[in-house]
Amino acid sequence: MAVNAAELLRTDELGKTERNDIWWTEPLLVVSTLVIFSMYVFWAVTQNANFEVGPYLSPFYSPDLRHTFPALFAQFPWLSPAYLVLWIPLAFRGTCYYARRAYYRSFFLTPPACSVGPSQTASELYEGETKFPFVLLHLHRYFFILAAILAIFHWKHFMDAFFFEQGMGVGVGTVVVGIDALFLTLYVFSCHSWRHLLAGKLNCFTCGAFEKMRHTGWKNQSLLNEKHAQYFWLSLATVWFADVYIRMVASGQWRDVIYIFGQGFTTL
Amino acid sequence: MSSSATEAKQQATFKVYRGDADNGEHHTYTVPVEEGMVVLDGLHHIQANDCPDLAVRWNCKAAKCGSCSAEVNGKPSLLCKTRMDALPLDEPITVTPLRAFPVMKDLVTDVSWNYEKNKQIKPFTPKNEDTDNWEMYQEDAERAQEFRKCIECFLCQDTCHVLRNHDKKANFFGPRFMVRLASLDMHPYDTEDRLSFIKDTAGVNYCNITKCCTEVCPEDIKITDNAIIPLKERVVDEYYDPIQGLLKMLGLKKARK
Repeated sequence: MAVNAAELLRTDELGKTERNDIWWTEPLLVVSTLVIFSMYVFWAVTQNANFEVGPYLSPFYSPDLRHTFPALFAQFPWLSPAYLVLWIPLAFRGTCYYARRAYYRSFFLTPPACSVGPSQTASELYEGETKFPFVLLHLHRYFFILAAILAIFHWKHFMDAFFFEQGMGVGVGTVVVGIDALFLTLYVFSCHSWRHLLAGKLNCFTCGAFEKMRHTGWKNQSLLNEKHAQYFWLSLATVWFADVYIRMVASGQWRDVIYIFGQGFTTL
Repeated sequence: MSSSATEAKQQATFKVYRGDADNGEHHTYTVPVEEGMVVLDGLHHIQANDCPDLAVRWNCKAAKCGSCSAEVNGKPSLLCKTRMDALPLDEPITVTPLRAFPVMKDLVTDVSWNYEKNKQIKPFTPKNEDTDNWEMYQEDAERAQEFRKCIECFLCQDTCHVLRNHDKKANFFGPRFMVRLASLDMHPYDTEDRLSFIKDTAGVNYCNITKCCTEVCPEDIKITDNAIIPLKERVVDEYYDPIQGLLKMLGLKKARK
């Protein structure tokens, strides 16, 4: 029997769809991962302990403010240095164009998946990125610059991770810290705002030598940009694991195997 | 008898929307599956054998005209590009019209809203009319070439939740016209300043980057990464970047005309 077409074809009900695939797995995975990650980060930064061991420093506590401003942290021993720096990667990730795709779908349900009905409340309030607070996402380019500086510090920590008390060497932690620095760099420099600043804003790529040079950079960066989503998750995983690893070694749960050049293997 | 003759031909069940903008229902049909068949072939079989009045718009059957847009199992798709062997045949194949536009009859929708929006975009405005003497290098042409692949199937418009679910047609032109605006705004010979139009009239910031448009594009245009986000960044340069705004206030940076 024919029924009201608007009712049959309606799209404004949460989860309403004729899709027969398991579309809900992606938002579920994203929510689960980001909630567990956020809880872990909150726990890790409030610990204010076990974030450094030997030459290794947890990436959540980078740059190393405790040794740069010892008087400050002696006066306020309860103050976790991570509080002062962690807003940079959080703001970069929170305003990231890929992250927006992930959290608009998974947390705001606008929509939970393509061609699936959105949250009705979100639907009634929806103004895109035209109004506060979402209009602040347009500041992503500034958080990119801060994140790029942070990536430089991560490479510095990687370089530091070769210098042990016994001498110069390589530990498992050195590799862990290096992988974190690598994926953070790939994530930061595959950014859409960086792509725009490099040359995306130009209308003519061939109007001068500088423009040609910028176009070459833009073209190469575009290859990285295609993988921005993968780098988002890989860098999240590697920074997470780097903190877990350093925390476990610092608390004595795990032993870090190191090879000291000219001396051989030992542990930290 | 040969074994192939005794084997029953595989059947697919189609659940097709029949009706108009006011009333309708899903009708069920059984269609024999042939090798290499697409969903449009199944609908043609239904037209030929069950209901000759089934309305479905199609033309080239080669995924190049953009006419046969509909939703197959809830996903905006070209009927001629959706292969039956890519669908689970143990359950019905649901075919419905595009949800973002009014139904005219069965699978045919009225997409004229798109043409009205298109008319509002000021066309290409070159520096001079002497087009014979233009020199354009491939580096400058290739961004627009990607956007020119668009076949105007409007699948991106259909899946865009801003149009489909929130019905913000008065505020947002949709991904297809972001692509057209990007091709014009990035053109080295275009002289028109379109940024205020892109921000205020076309409503680029109503897009929240969920990338569904990119997922459904049959021409694989990277709509979000190559058109919408670059336009958003251009709008940020002009309207939201606090440092660039300060430089303009101090007269150290020229405001766009």
